[in-house]
Amino acid sequence: MYEFDCAKDMLGLCEKYELPISALMYRRELEGTEAGEEEIDGKMSRALEIMKHAAHSPIIQPKKSMNGLLGGEAQKLDALYQTGKAPCGDLVSRGITYAMAVLEVNASMGLIVAAPTAGSAGIVPGTLLALQEIYGLSDDALLSGLYNAGAIGYLAMRNATVAGAVGGCQAEVGVASAMAASAMTELMGGTPRMCAAAASTVLQNMLGLVCDPVGGFVEYPCQNRNAAGVANAMVASELALAGIPQLIPLDEMMDAMYKVGKRIPPELRETALGGCATTPSACASCQGGCAGN
Amino acid sequence: MSFISVFEVLGPNMIGPSSSHTAGAAAIAFLAQKMLAETVEEVDFILYGSFAKTYHGHGTDRALLGGIMGFNTEDERIRDSFELADAKGLTYSFSVDEEEKEVHPNTVDIRMTGTSGRKMTVRGESIGGGKVQITRMNSVKIHFTGEYSAVIVTHQDRPGVASHITKCLSDREVNIAYMRLFREDKGKTAYTIVESDGALPSEVAAEIQKNPYVSEVVVVEP
Ligand code: SF4
Repeated sequence: MYEFDCAKDMLGLCEKYELPISALMYRRELEGTEAGEEEIDGKMSRALEIMKHAAHSPIIQPKKSMNGLLGGEAQKLDALYQTGKAPCGDLVSRGITYAMAVLEVNASMGLIVAAPTAGSAGIVPGTLLALQEIYGLSDDALLSGLYNAGAIGYLAMRNATVAGAVGGCQAEVGVASAMAASAMTELMGGTPRMCAAAASTVLQNMLGLVCDPVGGFVEYPCQNRNAAGVANAMVASELALAGIPQLIPLDEMMDAMYKVGKRIPPELRETALGGCATTPSACASCQGGCAGN
Repeated sequence: MSFISVFEVLGPNMIGPSSSHTAGAAAIAFLAQKMLAETVEEVDFILYGSFAKTYHGHGTDRALLGGIMGFNTEDERIRDSFELADAKGLTYSFSVDEEEKEVHPNTVDIRMTGTSGRKMTVRGESIGGGKVQITRMNSVKIHFTGEYSAVIVTHQDRPGVASHITKCLSDREVNIAYMRLFREDKGKTAYTIVESDGALPSEVAAEIQKNPYVSEVVVVEP
């Protein structure tokens, strides 16, 4: 009844049942698994709790990453924000701080929720927690946001890919950002169609982004890209909320992203054989321990 | 196409940095110690493919060791698993095999000895997104994922054993999701693995054990 396999059908069901994407996704989950409401609610609350902890703990207590490339970025961003001089404004500033914090936790063997992957795990929580802080949203609103984001991520998993090794960073950070854009749009009062338009916009704006982690480890430039993913999500959501329609529907952008991903050469799909990973400075930082030398 | 849950998109909850190299590694070792069914005293890990190349920087070693001590993929003690293993007196080693090419890129062999002296070797593969499969138990090729409750029965390959196992389960109204027999040679040691939808009743193992050809029954709950 609530199952869908493309954005077009998802929007059709939202209209048929007069539901936002989040509620449709929630009902789909109940219908498709044996778990009851209590179990599902418990799992999602736990995910939110882990996200909150990961977004906040490095601000107080920075941790060096496993390969030493990260550590302390979230605290620096927070310090700038506290001076009142963060140029991007409150929402973006908080969002990028939390997103980078989550990647710092991930890279130092802390607990995170893959969303949809570990490398892109900062974008959805960063965006949602910034919205909560700046606009005073409840935890229940954030939980709905997670279902909405989950719907977009599900479509990418089903019809394209969310693996950097298969489709490049556009499939990881790009999809995470599309998820966040859609969730934000719903939480800010947008319609399901606006949500899908926001997600489509992000995929356009991140199309072709390669996966080129220094040393082959999920640290750098991954963390920077999580910050960019938040900003991209917020920009796309604002376009959608202004009522700007998108020529290209989400399903077509998913397909375009997948096709582009398959044409990205293997050197630029997580193998650390190109892009940022093979710049002279990156190689120097690697001290010969790099995965793809 | 099988159902994709929202928790496959927002999940797993995991210790970073990598779902395949860290979370998957912990999950494999966690299943391995469940299969041994006693506390591991000594363990050797042999790493293949990408595991062999990048295990240190991804914390694959800490994750494997943590899993062997019974830490699941969400357990923050994984970060300190070397220190914790040393404190427990667990002996461990890591070696790499970069010659073997005929394996999945993220493969590990785990050779365990338990407190009673019981030995077992398990091969696991981390197949992406934190999902894993166990593909070998001692010298026999097997397959299970740990996503369901499973019973692993070691028995002689004789007629009647399979129907005995099925009867024990159906008597207790266990809904069988998969049941497979794995063996090396006809008539020798075989493993039957049954995966069920819900949790398994506690008395099931003892019931299955009653058949004279059954030498061992291990229940692995997810
Ligand atoms: S560069 Fe690669 S490893 Fe890093 S976030 Fe992007 S897809 Fe993931």
